[in-house]
Amino acid sequence: MPLIPKTDGGSIHWTLLREKIIEILIYISGFSAIIFVFSIFAFIFKEASGFVFSHETDWSFFFFNAAWQPLPEESATYGAFSMIIGTISVTLVAMLIAVPFGLGLAVLVSEFCSPKIKETLKIVIELLAAIPSVVWGFVGLKLMNYVLVNFFGAQVGSNLFNGGIVLALMSLPIIVSIAEDAFKAVPDSYREAAEALGATKWQVVYKVLFPAAKNGLLAAVLLGVGRAVGETMAVLMCTGHNLNNPFSSEFPFLNIFDPIRTLTASIAAELGEAPRGSEHWQALFALGLLLFAIIFVINLTADLVVRGIKQEES
Amino acid sequence: MDNSSPTPTQDSPAQSDSIALETRDLSLWYGDFQALFNVTVEIKHGIITGLIGPSGCGKTTLLRCFNRVNERYGYVTTTGEMRVLDKNIYDEDVNILELRKSVGMVFQRPNPLPISIYDNVIFGMRVHADKGQYKKADYDEAVEVALKEVFLWDDVKDMLKKKATGLQLEQQQKLCIARLLPLKPKVILMDEPCSALDAEGTEAIEDLMSNLRGKYTMVIVTHNMAQARRASDECLFMLMGKLIEHGDTSQLFLNPKEKDTENYVEGRYG
Ligand SMILES: Nc1ncnc2c1ncn2[C@@H]1O[C@H](COP(=O)(O)OP(=O)(O)O)[C@@H](O)[C@H]1O
Ligand SMILES: [Mg+2]
Repeated sequence: MPLIPKTDGGSIHWTLLREKIIEILIYISGFSAIIFVFSIFAFIFKEASGFVFSHETDWSFFFFNAAWQPLPEESATYGAFSMIIGTISVTLVAMLIAVPFGLGLAVLVSEFCSPKIKETLKIVIELLAAIPSVVWGFVGLKLMNYVLVNFFGAQVGSNLFNGGIVLALMSLPIIVSIAEDAFKAVPDSYREAAEALGATKWQVVYKVLFPAAKNGLLAAVLLGVGRAVGETMAVLMCTGHNLNNPFSSEFPFLNIFDPIRTLTASIAAELGEAPRGSEHWQALFALGLLLFAIIFVINLTADLVVRGIKQEES
Repeated sequence: MDNSSPTPTQDSPAQSDSIALETRDLSLWYGDFQALFNVTVEIKHGIITGLIGPSGCGKTTLLRCFNRVNERYGYVTTTGEMRVLDKNIYDEDVNILELRKSVGMVFQRPNPLPISIYDNVIFGMRVHADKGQYKKADYDEAVEVALKEVFLWDDVKDMLKKKATGLQLEQQQKLCIARLLPLKPKVILMDEPCSALDAEGTEAIEDLMSNLRGKYTMVIVTHNMAQARRASDECLFMLMGKLIEHGDTSQLFLNPKEKDTENYVEGRYG
Protein backbone atom coordinates (compact mmCIF):
# COMPACT_ATOMS: atom_id res chain seq x y z
CA MET A 1 0.00 0.00 0.00
CA PRO A 2 1.37 3.40 -0.88
CA LEU A 3 1.32 5.93 1.97
CA ILE A 4 -0.99 8.29 0.14
CA PRO A 5 -3.54 6.25 -1.77
CA LYS A 6 -3.98 7.39 -5.35
CA THR A 7 -7.34 8.65 -6.43
CA ASP A 8 -8.40 9.53 -9.87
CA GLY A 9 -7.96 13.24 -10.51
CA GLY A 10 -11.65 13.80 -11.20
CA SER A 11 -12.82 13.15 -7.68
CA ILE A 12 -10.23 15.49 -6.20
CA HIS A 13 -11.40 18.22 -8.50
CA TRP A 14 -14.95 17.59 -7.53
CA THR A 15 -14.11 17.90 -3.80
CA LEU A 16 -12.26 21.14 -4.34
CA LEU A 17 -15.06 22.52 -6.44
CA ARG A 18 -17.60 21.62 -3.80
CA GLU A 19 -15.54 23.40 -1.13
CA LYS A 20 -15.36 26.45 -3.34
CA ILE A 21 -19.12 26.52 -3.93
CA ILE A 22 -19.87 26.20 -0.22
CA GLU A 23 -17.45 29.01 0.51
CA ILE A 24 -19.11 31.28 -2.05
CA LEU A 25 -22.56 30.51 -0.65
CA ILE A 26 -21.41 31.42 2.82
CA TYR A 27 -19.98 34.69 1.55
CA ILE A 28 -23.19 35.50 -0.27
CA SER A 29 -25.34 34.93 2.77
CA GLY A 30 -22.99 36.97 4.91
CA PHE A 31 -22.95 39.88 2.52
CA SER A 32 -26.66 39.75 1.86
CA ALA A 33 -27.30 40.35 5.55
CA ILE A 34 -25.27 43.52 5.32
CA ILE A 35 -26.95 44.50 2.08
CA PHE A 36 -30.41 44.02 3.61
CA VAL A 37 -29.61 46.23 6.57
CA PHE A 38 -28.31 48.97 4.33
CA SER A 39 -31.19 48.74 1.90
CA ILE A 40 -33.69 48.99 4.74
CA PHE A 41 -31.91 52.06 6.00
CA ALA A 42 -31.77 53.49 2.48
CA PHE A 43 -35.48 52.84 1.99
CA ILE A 44 -36.48 54.55 5.24
CA PHE A 45 -34.16 57.40 4.45
CA LYS A 46 -35.50 57.83 0.95
CA GLU A 47 -39.09 57.85 2.12
CA ALA A 48 -38.29 60.32 4.86
CA SER A 49 -36.07 62.54 2.74
CA GLY A 50 -38.91 64.73 1.46
CA PHE A 51 -39.63 65.68 5.06
CA VAL A 52 -36.05 65.74 6.28
CA PHE A 53 -34.77 68.04 3.54
CA SER A 54 -37.83 70.22 3.14
CA HIS A 55 -37.23 73.89 3.87
CA GLU A 56 -40.53 74.03 5.66
CA THR A 57 -39.48 71.51 8.26
CA ASP A 58 -38.79 73.23 11.53
CA TRP A 59 -36.64 70.83 13.56
CA SER A 60 -37.13 72.50 16.86
CA PHE A 61 -40.85 72.18 16.24
CA PHE A 62 -40.44 68.51 15.35
CA PHE A 63 -38.50 67.72 18.50
CA PHE A 64 -40.08 70.07 21.01
CA ASN A 65 -43.67 70.62 19.99
CA ALA A 66 -46.43 68.30 21.00
CA ALA A 67 -48.79 69.12 18.15
CA TRP A 68 -48.93 66.06 15.93
CA GLN A 69 -51.92 66.87 13.72
CA PRO A 70 -51.73 65.27 10.31
CA LEU A 71 -55.32 66.32 9.57
CA PRO A 72 -56.56 68.47 8.00
CA GLU A 73 -53.79 68.28 5.48
CA GLU A 74 -53.69 72.01 4.70
CA SER A 75 -52.86 72.99 8.26
CA ALA A 76 -51.06 69.81 9.38
CA THR A 77 -48.35 70.11 12.02
CA TYR A 78 -45.80 67.45 12.89
CA GLY A 79 -44.46 67.83 16.40
CA ALA A 80 -43.07 64.59 17.75
CA PHE A 81 -42.44 65.75 21.30
CA SER A 82 -45.25 63.78 22.90
CA MET A 83 -44.19 60.58 21.21
CA ILE A 84 -40.57 61.04 22.13
CA ILE A 85 -41.64 61.68 25.71
CA GLY A 86 -44.01 58.73 25.49
CA THR A 87 -41.24 56.42 24.37
CA ILE A 88 -38.88 57.76 27.02
CA SER A 89 -41.40 57.52 29.83
CA VAL A 90 -42.61 54.03 29.08
CA THR A 91 -39.04 52.81 28.67
CA LEU A 92 -38.14 54.45 31.97
CA VAL A 93 -41.02 52.81 33.82
CA ALA A 94 -40.25 49.46 32.20
CA MET A 95 -36.59 49.66 33.20
CA LEU A 96 -37.39 50.79 36.74
CA ILE A 97 -39.23 47.49 37.05
CA ALA A 98 -37.18 45.21 34.85
CA VAL A 99 -33.67 46.19 35.91
CA PRO A 100 -33.96 45.38 39.62
CA PHE A 101 -35.99 42.25 38.93
CA GLY A 102 -33.79 41.17 36.06
CA LEU A 103 -30.51 41.65 37.89
CA GLY A 104 -32.00 40.08 40.99
CA LEU A 105 -33.11 37.04 39.03
CA ALA A 106 -29.71 36.80 37.37
CA VAL A 107 -28.01 36.84 40.78
CA LEU A 108 -30.42 34.22 42.04
CA VAL A 109 -29.93 31.98 39.03
CA SER A 110 -26.17 32.24 38.87
CA GLU A 111 -25.26 32.35 42.59
CA PHE A 112 -27.92 31.05 44.88
CA CYS A 113 -30.24 28.41 43.42
CA SER A 114 -29.80 24.70 43.36
CA PRO A 115 -29.25 23.38 39.83
CA LYS A 116 -32.81 22.08 39.69
CA ILE A 117 -34.50 25.36 40.56
CA LYS A 118 -32.06 27.10 38.26
CA GLU A 119 -33.16 25.00 35.30
CA THR A 120 -36.82 25.61 36.08
CA LEU A 121 -36.31 29.34 36.39
CA LYS A 122 -34.40 29.51 33.16
CA ILE A 123 -37.13 27.68 31.31
CA VAL A 124 -39.77 30.02 32.72
CA ILE A 125 -37.71 33.03 31.69
CA GLU A 126 -37.21 31.64 28.22
CA LEU A 127 -40.95 31.08 27.99
CA LEU A 128 -41.46 34.78 28.67
CA ALA A 129 -39.30 35.47 25.63
CA ALA A 130 -41.38 33.12 23.50
CA ILE A 131 -44.67 34.93 24.04
CA PRO A 132 -45.56 36.95 20.93
CA SER A 133 -45.90 40.66 21.48
CA VAL A 134 -49.55 40.76 20.42
CA VAL A 135 -50.29 38.31 23.21
CA TRP A 136 -48.53 40.59 25.64
CA GLY A 137 -50.67 43.39 24.30
CA PHE A 138 -53.73 41.30 24.95
CA VAL A 139 -52.59 40.60 28.52
CA GLY A 140 -52.13 44.33 29.05
CA LEU A 141 -55.38 45.29 27.43
CA LYS A 142 -57.57 42.77 29.18
CA LEU A 143 -55.89 41.64 32.40
CA MET A 144 -53.68 44.54 33.49
CA ASN A 145 -56.33 47.00 32.45
CA TYR A 146 -58.81 45.38 34.77
CA VAL A 147 -56.32 45.15 37.64
CA LEU A 148 -55.24 48.77 37.36
CA VAL A 149 -58.77 50.12 37.26
CA ASN A 150 -60.17 47.91 40.00
CA PHE A 151 -57.28 47.63 42.44
CA PHE A 152 -55.15 50.69 41.80
CA GLY A 153 -57.89 53.18 41.15
CA ALA A 154 -56.66 54.24 37.73
CA GLN A 155 -59.12 56.30 35.67
CA VAL A 156 -58.25 54.43 32.51
CA GLY A 157 -56.58 51.06 32.52
CA SER A 158 -54.58 51.53 29.36
CA ASN A 159 -51.81 53.82 30.47
CA LEU A 160 -48.13 54.36 31.01
CA PHE A 161 -47.92 51.97 33.94
CA ASN A 162 -49.72 49.21 32.08
CA GLY A 163 -47.37 49.55 29.10
CA GLY A 164 -44.39 49.80 31.43
CA ILE A 165 -45.21 46.54 33.20
CA VAL A 166 -45.80 44.69 29.97
CA LEU A 167 -42.59 46.05 28.47
CA ALA A 168 -40.73 45.15 31.66
CA LEU A 169 -41.86 41.54 31.34
CA MET A 170 -40.89 41.55 27.69
CA SER A 171 -37.39 42.85 28.29
CA LEU A 172 -36.80 40.71 31.37
CA PRO A 173 -35.51 37.64 29.48
CA ILE A 174 -32.75 39.47 27.65
CA ILE A 175 -31.67 41.32 30.78
CA VAL A 176 -31.58 38.13 32.82
CA SER A 177 -29.72 36.09 30.25
CA ILE A 178 -27.05 38.70 29.49
CA ALA A 179 -26.61 39.55 33.18
CA GLU A 180 -26.33 35.88 34.07
CA ASP A 181 -23.61 35.46 31.46
CA ALA A 182 -21.83 38.43 32.99
CA PHE A 183 -21.94 36.85 36.45
CA LYS A 184 -20.85 33.50 35.10
CA ALA A 185 -17.85 35.12 33.46
CA VAL A 186 -16.56 36.30 36.85
CA PRO A 187 -13.80 33.85 37.83
CA ASP A 188 -14.64 31.70 40.82
CA SER A 189 -11.34 32.67 42.41
CA TYR A 190 -12.83 36.10 43.16
CA ARG A 191 -15.72 34.58 45.04
CA GLU A 192 -13.39 32.25 46.85
CA ALA A 193 -11.03 35.06 47.83
CA ALA A 194 -13.86 37.13 49.24
CA GLU A 195 -15.46 34.22 51.06
CA ALA A 196 -12.12 33.25 52.56
CA LEU A 197 -11.92 36.75 53.99
CA GLY A 198 -15.19 36.12 55.76
CA ALA A 199 -17.59 37.84 53.38
CA THR A 200 -21.16 36.58 53.33
CA LYS A 201 -22.67 35.46 50.04
CA TRP A 202 -24.54 38.76 49.75
CA GLN A 203 -21.41 40.73 50.40
CA VAL A 204 -19.72 38.75 47.68
CA VAL A 205 -22.54 39.67 45.32
CA TYR A 206 -22.55 43.40 45.85
CA LYS A 207 -18.94 44.00 46.76
CA VAL A 208 -17.29 41.67 44.26
CA LEU A 209 -19.64 40.40 41.57
CA PHE A 210 -21.29 43.70 40.75
CA PRO A 211 -18.02 45.60 40.32
CA ALA A 212 -16.47 42.68 38.44
CA ALA A 213 -19.42 42.22 36.10
CA LYS A 214 -20.43 45.85 35.73
CA ASN A 215 -19.77 46.11 31.99
CA GLY A 216 -21.81 43.02 31.26
CA LEU A 217 -24.61 44.29 33.49
CA LEU A 218 -24.58 47.64 31.71
CA ALA A 219 -24.82 45.83 28.39
CA ALA A 220 -27.73 43.80 29.75
CA VAL A 221 -29.57 46.95 30.75
CA LEU A 222 -28.86 48.65 27.42
CA LEU A 223 -30.15 45.72 25.44
CA GLY A 224 -33.23 45.73 27.64
CA VAL A 225 -33.69 49.41 26.86
CA GLY A 226 -33.28 48.71 23.15
CA ARG A 227 -35.92 46.02 23.38
CA ALA A 228 -38.32 48.36 25.17
CA VAL A 229 -37.80 51.29 22.81
CA GLY A 230 -38.37 49.17 19.73
CA GLU A 231 -41.44 47.29 20.91
CA THR A 232 -44.60 48.25 19.04
CA MET A 233 -47.67 46.08 19.15
CA ALA A 234 -47.79 45.60 22.91
CA VAL A 235 -47.34 49.29 23.69
CA LEU A 236 -49.87 50.23 21.06
CA MET A 237 -52.41 48.04 22.82
CA CYS A 238 -51.51 48.85 26.44
CA THR A 239 -50.63 52.51 26.70
CA GLY A 240 -53.88 54.11 25.64
CA HIS A 241 -52.26 55.59 22.53
CA ASN A 242 -52.90 59.14 23.53
CA LEU A 243 -50.66 62.15 22.90
CA ASN A 244 -49.76 63.27 26.36
CA ASN A 245 -46.86 64.30 28.55
CA PRO A 246 -46.94 62.23 31.75
CA PHE A 247 -44.10 64.20 33.36
CA SER A 248 -45.01 67.10 35.58
CA SER A 249 -43.11 69.63 37.60
CA GLU A 250 -45.02 68.70 40.74
CA PHE A 251 -44.82 65.63 42.86
CA PRO A 252 -44.84 62.75 41.86
CA PHE A 253 -43.24 64.19 38.71
CA LEU A 254 -44.42 61.26 36.64
CA ASN A 255 -48.10 60.41 36.45
CA ILE A 256 -47.94 56.72 35.84
CA PHE A 257 -51.65 56.35 35.22
CA ASP A 258 -51.64 58.80 32.31
CA PRO A 259 -52.12 57.35 28.87
CA ILE A 260 -49.23 57.94 26.49
CA ARG A 261 -48.25 57.31 22.90
CA THR A 262 -44.92 56.08 21.61
CA LEU A 263 -42.97 56.60 18.39
CA THR A 264 -43.37 52.99 17.37
CA ALA A 265 -47.09 52.83 18.03
CA SER A 266 -47.70 56.04 16.07
CA ILE A 267 -46.01 54.64 13.01
CA ALA A 268 -47.87 51.37 13.25
CA ALA A 269 -51.21 53.05 13.75
CA GLU A 270 -50.95 55.78 11.14
CA LEU A 271 -48.89 54.44 8.31
CA GLY A 272 -51.84 52.52 6.89
CA GLU A 273 -53.93 55.69 6.62
CA ALA A 274 -51.28 58.02 5.28
CA PRO A 275 -51.33 58.27 1.48
CA ARG A 276 -48.10 56.99 0.04
CA GLY A 277 -45.56 59.79 -0.46
CA SER A 278 -47.66 62.39 1.31
CA GLU A 279 -46.19 64.71 3.88
CA HIS A 280 -47.78 62.65 6.64
CA TRP A 281 -46.18 59.51 5.21
CA GLN A 282 -42.81 61.22 5.07
CA ALA A 283 -43.14 62.54 8.60
CA LEU A 284 -43.86 59.01 9.82
CA PHE A 285 -40.72 57.80 8.11
CA ALA A 286 -38.84 60.59 9.82
CA LEU A 287 -40.08 59.12 13.11
CA GLY A 288 -38.78 55.78 11.89
CA LEU A 289 -35.42 57.32 11.19
CA LEU A 290 -35.34 58.77 14.68
CA LEU A 291 -36.14 55.35 16.18
CA PHE A 292 -33.52 53.74 14.02
CA ALA A 293 -30.94 56.22 15.27
CA ILE A 294 -31.90 55.75 18.93
CA ILE A 295 -31.75 51.97 18.79
CA PHE A 296 -28.59 52.00 16.73
CA VAL A 297 -26.84 54.15 19.32
CA ILE A 298 -28.07 51.98 22.19
CA ASN A 299 -26.99 48.73 20.56
CA LEU A 300 -23.68 50.19 19.48
CA THR A 301 -22.98 51.33 23.03
CA ALA A 302 -23.92 47.90 24.39
CA ASP A 303 -21.65 46.30 21.82
CA LEU A 304 -18.74 48.57 22.68
CA VAL A 305 -19.28 47.91 26.36
CA VAL A 306 -19.24 44.15 25.80
CA ARG A 307 -16.15 44.49 23.67
CA GLY A 308 -14.59 46.49 26.47
CA ILE A 309 -15.04 43.47 28.73
CA LYS A 310 -13.37 41.15 26.28
CA GLN A 311 -10.37 43.44 26.00
CA GLU A 312 -10.02 43.69 29.75
CA GLU A 313 -10.08 39.93 30.07
CA SER A 314 -7.31 39.32 27.60
CA MET B 1 -19.60 15.81 60.90
CA ASP B 2 -19.15 12.88 63.12
CA ASN B 3 -18.12 14.12 66.50
CA SER B 4 -19.83 11.37 68.42
CA SER B 5 -16.70 9.50 69.37
CA PRO B 6 -14.89 11.93 71.59
CA THR B 7 -11.19 11.36 71.85
CA PRO B 8 -10.02 11.91 75.38
CA THR B 9 -7.74 14.89 75.45
CA GLN B 10 -4.66 14.26 77.47
CA ASP B 11 -2.91 17.52 76.78
CA SER B 12 -2.12 19.59 79.78
CA PRO B 13 -3.53 23.11 79.54
CA ALA B 14 -0.10 24.59 79.06
CA GLN B 15 0.53 22.34 76.12
CA SER B 16 -2.77 22.90 74.40
CA ASP B 17 -2.30 26.63 74.78
CA SER B 18 0.53 26.51 72.35
CA ILE B 19 -1.35 24.47 69.77
CA ALA B 20 -2.95 26.63 67.11
CA LEU B 21 -4.42 24.05 64.77
CA GLU B 22 -5.35 20.52 65.60
CA THR B 23 -7.08 17.70 63.80
CA ARG B 24 -8.09 14.29 65.07
CA ASP B 25 -8.93 11.49 62.72
CA LEU B 26 -9.82 13.94 60.02
CA SER B 27 -11.07 12.29 56.85
CA LEU B 28 -12.47 14.08 53.88
CA TRP B 29 -14.32 13.01 50.76
CA TYR B 30 -14.96 14.85 47.51
CA GLY B 31 -18.14 13.01 46.60
CA ASP B 32 -17.06 9.39 46.71
CA PHE B 33 -13.40 10.12 46.43
CA GLN B 34 -11.54 10.07 49.72
CA ALA B 35 -8.82 12.72 49.76
CA LEU B 36 -7.79 12.65 53.44
CA PHE B 37 -7.39 9.58 55.64
CA ASN B 38 -7.50 9.93 59.42
CA VAL B 39 -5.18 12.87 59.67
CA THR B 40 -4.22 13.66 63.24
CA VAL B 41 -1.94 16.60 63.66
CA GLU B 42 -1.10 19.40 66.07
CA ILE B 43 0.36 22.57 64.64
CA LYS B 44 2.13 24.81 67.10
CA HIS B 45 1.30 28.41 67.68
CA GLY B 46 3.55 31.19 66.44
CA ILE B 47 5.84 29.19 64.18
CA ILE B 48 5.95 28.45 60.48
CA THR B 49 4.92 24.93 59.62
CA GLY B 50 5.73 23.62 56.18
CA LEU B 51 3.43 21.14 54.47
CA ILE B 52 5.12 19.04 51.81
CA GLY B 53 4.28 16.04 49.73
CA PRO B 54 3.86 15.05 46.12
CA SER B 55 1.22 16.62 43.94
CA GLY B 56 -2.27 15.36 44.67
CA CYS B 57 -1.49 14.08 48.14
CA GLY B 58 -4.03 16.34 49.80
CA LYS B 59 -2.00 19.32 50.99
CA THR B 60 -4.41 21.88 49.62
CA THR B 61 -7.34 19.87 50.87
CA LEU B 62 -5.98 19.74 54.42
CA LEU B 63 -5.15 23.42 54.40
CA ARG B 64 -8.59 24.37 53.20
CA CYS B 65 -10.17 22.48 56.08
CA PHE B 66 -8.83 24.89 58.66
CA ASN B 67 -11.05 27.78 57.62
CA ARG B 68 -13.79 25.62 56.15
CA VAL B 69 -13.41 26.99 52.62
CA ASN B 70 -13.81 23.42 51.48
CA GLU B 71 -17.48 23.79 52.21
CA ARG B 72 -17.83 26.01 49.18
CA TYR B 73 -18.05 22.81 47.22
CA GLY B 74 -21.37 21.28 48.10
CA TYR B 75 -20.10 17.74 47.65
CA VAL B 76 -17.50 17.64 50.42
CA THR B 77 -18.01 15.54 53.55
CA THR B 78 -15.72 15.55 56.54
CA THR B 79 -15.45 13.35 59.60
CA GLY B 80 -13.27 13.70 62.64
CA GLU B 81 -12.47 16.64 64.80
CA MET B 82 -10.83 19.90 63.96
CA ARG B 83 -9.83 22.53 66.46
CA VAL B 84 -8.57 26.01 65.75
CA LEU B 85 -7.20 27.90 68.74
CA ASP B 86 -8.70 25.26 70.95
CA LYS B 87 -12.17 25.64 69.56
CA ASN B 88 -13.91 22.90 67.64
CA ILE B 89 -14.70 24.66 64.39
CA TYR B 90 -17.70 22.46 63.73
CA ASP B 91 -19.41 23.39 67.00
CA GLU B 92 -22.86 24.85 66.62
CA ASP B 93 -21.82 28.19 68.05
CA VAL B 94 -18.92 28.71 65.67
CA ASN B 95 -19.44 31.66 63.39
CA ILE B 96 -17.86 30.67 60.13
CA LEU B 97 -17.30 34.30 59.16
CA GLU B 98 -15.36 34.95 62.36
CA LEU B 99 -13.41 31.76 61.82
CA ARG B 100 -12.35 32.92 58.39
CA LYS B 101 -11.45 36.28 59.83
CA SER B 102 -9.00 34.73 62.27
CA VAL B 103 -7.72 32.10 59.85
CA GLY B 104 -6.59 33.90 56.71
CA MET B 105 -5.74 32.18 53.47
CA VAL B 106 -3.36 32.90 50.60
CA PHE B 107 -4.05 30.98 47.43
CA GLN B 108 -1.83 29.32 44.91
CA ARG B 109 -2.69 31.77 42.18
CA PRO B 110 -2.72 35.36 43.35
CA ASN B 111 -6.37 36.35 43.42
CA PRO B 112 -6.72 40.03 44.24
CA LEU B 113 -10.28 41.25 43.79
CA PRO B 114 -11.02 43.30 40.67
CA ILE B 115 -11.27 46.50 42.70
CA SER B 116 -8.66 49.05 43.70
CA ILE B 117 -5.53 48.18 45.66
CA TYR B 118 -6.84 50.28 48.53
CA ASP B 119 -10.20 48.53 48.54
CA ASN B 120 -8.52 45.15 48.41
CA VAL B 121 -6.55 45.82 51.57
CA ILE B 122 -9.56 46.97 53.55
CA PHE B 123 -12.02 44.54 52.00
CA GLY B 124 -11.94 42.28 55.05
CA MET B 125 -12.23 45.22 57.44
CA ARG B 126 -15.25 46.56 55.63
CA VAL B 127 -16.91 43.19 55.47
CA HIS B 128 -16.56 42.65 59.20
CA ALA B 129 -17.14 46.23 60.35
CA ASP B 130 -20.24 47.34 62.15
CA LYS B 131 -21.92 50.35 60.67
CA GLY B 132 -19.79 53.43 61.23
CA GLN B 133 -17.13 51.52 63.11
CA TYR B 134 -14.26 52.88 61.06
CA LYS B 135 -13.55 56.29 59.66
CA LYS B 136 -11.61 57.00 56.53
CA ALA B 137 -8.52 57.75 58.60
CA ASP B 138 -8.70 54.25 60.12
CA TYR B 139 -8.81 52.71 56.69
CA ASP B 140 -5.98 54.88 55.41
CA GLU B 141 -3.84 53.86 58.32
CA ALA B 142 -4.68 50.17 57.99
CA VAL B 143 -3.77 50.26 54.31
CA GLU B 144 -0.44 51.88 54.97
CA VAL B 145 0.48 49.56 57.84
CA ALA B 146 -0.51 46.42 55.97
CA LEU B 147 1.26 47.38 52.76
CA LYS B 148 4.40 48.33 54.63
CA GLU B 149 4.40 45.02 56.42
CA VAL B 150 4.49 43.16 53.10
CA PHE B 151 7.04 45.55 51.58
CA LEU B 152 4.58 46.77 48.97
CA TRP B 153 3.94 50.30 50.19
CA ASP B 154 6.76 51.98 48.31
CA ASP B 155 5.74 50.36 45.05
CA VAL B 156 2.08 51.24 45.17
CA LYS B 157 1.63 54.23 47.46
CA ASP B 158 0.99 56.53 44.50
CA MET B 159 -1.46 54.23 42.79
CA LEU B 160 -3.71 53.00 45.57
CA LYS B 161 -6.80 53.76 43.50
CA LYS B 162 -5.61 51.63 40.58
CA LYS B 163 -7.12 48.25 39.95
CA ALA B 164 -5.28 45.54 41.83
CA THR B 165 -5.58 43.07 38.98
CA GLY B 166 -3.17 45.22 36.96
CA LEU B 167 -0.25 44.60 39.32
CA GLN B 168 2.58 42.18 38.62
CA LEU B 169 2.03 38.69 39.96
CA GLU B 170 4.50 39.10 42.78
CA GLN B 171 2.87 42.35 43.85
CA GLN B 172 -0.53 40.72 43.60
CA GLN B 173 0.53 37.94 45.91
CA LYS B 174 1.97 40.42 48.40
CA LEU B 175 -1.31 42.26 48.26
CA CYS B 176 -3.17 39.03 48.92
CA ILE B 177 -1.12 38.63 52.08
CA ALA B 178 -1.51 42.28 53.01
CA ARG B 179 -5.28 42.17 52.85
CA LEU B 180 -5.33 39.54 55.59
CA LEU B 181 -3.41 41.66 58.05
CA PRO B 182 -5.97 44.36 58.95
CA LEU B 183 -8.19 41.55 60.23
CA LYS B 184 -5.53 40.66 62.77
CA PRO B 185 -5.70 36.96 62.00
CA LYS B 186 -4.19 34.39 64.34
CA VAL B 187 -3.35 31.96 61.59
CA ILE B 188 -2.27 32.48 57.99
CA LEU B 189 -2.56 29.55 55.62
CA MET B 190 -0.54 29.74 52.43
CA ASP B 191 -1.09 27.32 49.58
CA GLU B 192 2.03 27.28 47.42
CA PRO B 193 2.15 31.07 47.50
CA CYS B 194 5.19 31.22 45.24
CA SER B 195 4.29 28.67 42.60
CA ALA B 196 3.18 31.36 40.15
CA LEU B 197 6.23 33.54 40.81
CA ASP B 198 9.77 33.66 39.50
CA ALA B 199 12.87 33.28 41.68
CA GLU B 200 12.92 36.93 42.64
CA GLY B 201 9.27 36.94 43.55
CA THR B 202 9.76 33.80 45.60
CA GLU B 203 12.55 35.43 47.52
CA ALA B 204 10.44 38.50 48.15
CA ILE B 205 7.59 36.41 49.54
CA GLU B 206 9.99 34.43 51.72
CA ASP B 207 11.42 37.69 53.05
CA LEU B 208 8.03 38.89 53.96
CA MET B 209 7.18 35.59 55.60
CA SER B 210 10.18 35.87 57.86
CA ASN B 211 9.07 39.41 58.61
CA LEU B 212 5.71 38.03 59.75
CA ARG B 213 7.23 35.12 61.61
CA GLY B 214 6.30 35.07 65.27
CA LYS B 215 3.36 37.43 64.81
CA TYR B 216 1.17 34.83 63.20
CA THR B 217 0.94 31.09 63.11
CA MET B 218 1.70 30.21 59.52
CA VAL B 219 1.20 27.05 57.54
CA ILE B 220 2.79 27.00 54.14
CA VAL B 221 2.24 24.37 51.51
CA THR B 222 5.15 24.08 49.18
CA HIS B 223 6.40 21.98 46.39
CA ASN B 224 9.81 23.36 46.74
CA MET B 225 11.96 21.38 49.13
CA ALA B 226 14.56 24.10 49.46
CA GLN B 227 11.87 26.56 50.37
CA ALA B 228 10.47 24.28 53.02
CA ARG B 229 13.93 23.95 54.55
CA ARG B 230 14.62 27.66 54.43
CA ALA B 231 11.29 28.97 55.52
CA SER B 232 9.75 26.54 57.99
CA ASP B 233 10.38 25.61 61.59
CA GLU B 234 8.47 22.38 61.54
CA CYS B 235 7.37 20.26 58.65
CA LEU B 236 4.56 17.90 57.80
CA PHE B 237 4.98 15.28 55.14
CA MET B 238 1.88 13.88 53.46
CA LEU B 239 1.43 11.06 51.03
CA MET B 240 -1.77 9.86 49.34
CA GLY B 241 -4.05 11.64 51.77
CA LYS B 242 -2.24 10.45 54.88
CA LEU B 243 0.03 12.32 57.22
CA ILE B 244 3.28 10.38 57.24
CA GLU B 245 5.58 12.40 59.40
CA HIS B 246 5.68 15.55 61.46
CA GLY B 247 8.81 16.97 63.01
CA ASP B 248 11.35 19.75 63.17
CA THR B 249 12.27 20.78 59.68
CA SER B 250 15.94 19.98 60.12
CA GLN B 251 15.16 16.58 61.62
CA LEU B 252 12.63 15.75 58.91
CA PHE B 253 15.06 16.57 56.15
CA LEU B 254 18.27 15.25 57.65
CA ASN B 255 17.00 12.41 59.70
CA PRO B 256 13.55 11.31 58.60
CA LYS B 257 11.92 8.55 60.62
CA GLU B 258 9.87 7.13 57.78
CA LYS B 259 11.14 5.51 54.64
CA ASP B 260 8.61 7.38 52.51
CA THR B 261 9.74 10.72 53.86
CA GLU B 262 13.30 9.89 53.14
CA ASN B 263 12.50 8.90 49.60
CA TYR B 264 10.57 12.08 49.06
CA VAL B 265 13.03 14.56 50.52
CA GLU B 266 15.78 12.93 48.58
CA GLY B 267 13.79 13.57 45.47
CA ARG B 268 12.98 9.99 44.55
CA TYR B 269 9.45 10.95 43.64
CA GLY B 270 7.08 13.80 43.02
N1 LIG C 1 -12.61 20.18 44.22
C1 LIG C 1 -12.24 18.90 44.08
N2 LIG C 1 -13.12 17.99 43.64
C2 LIG C 1 -12.77 16.70 43.52
N3 LIG C 1 -11.56 16.20 43.79
C3 LIG C 1 -10.62 17.05 44.23
C4 LIG C 1 -10.91 18.45 44.39
N4 LIG C 1 -9.80 19.08 44.84
C5 LIG C 1 -8.86 18.11 44.95
N5 LIG C 1 -9.34 16.90 44.58
C6 LIG C 1 -8.61 15.65 44.60
O1 LIG C 1 -8.16 15.44 45.91
C7 LIG C 1 -6.80 14.99 45.90
C8 LIG C 1 -5.94 15.92 46.72
O2 LIG C 1 -5.88 17.16 46.05
P1 LIG C 1 -5.12 18.40 46.62
O3 LIG C 1 -5.47 18.58 48.04
O4 LIG C 1 -5.39 19.53 45.71
O5 LIG C 1 -3.61 17.94 46.50
P2 LIG C 1 -2.27 18.80 46.56
O6 LIG C 1 -2.61 20.17 46.99
O7 LIG C 1 -1.43 18.07 47.54
O8 LIG C 1 -1.66 18.75 45.21
C9 LIG C 1 -6.37 14.90 44.45
O9 LIG C 1 -6.46 13.57 44.04
C10 LIG C 1 -7.38 15.74 43.74
O10 LIG C 1 -7.63 15.21 42.46
MG1 LIG D 1 -2.35 21.98 45.93
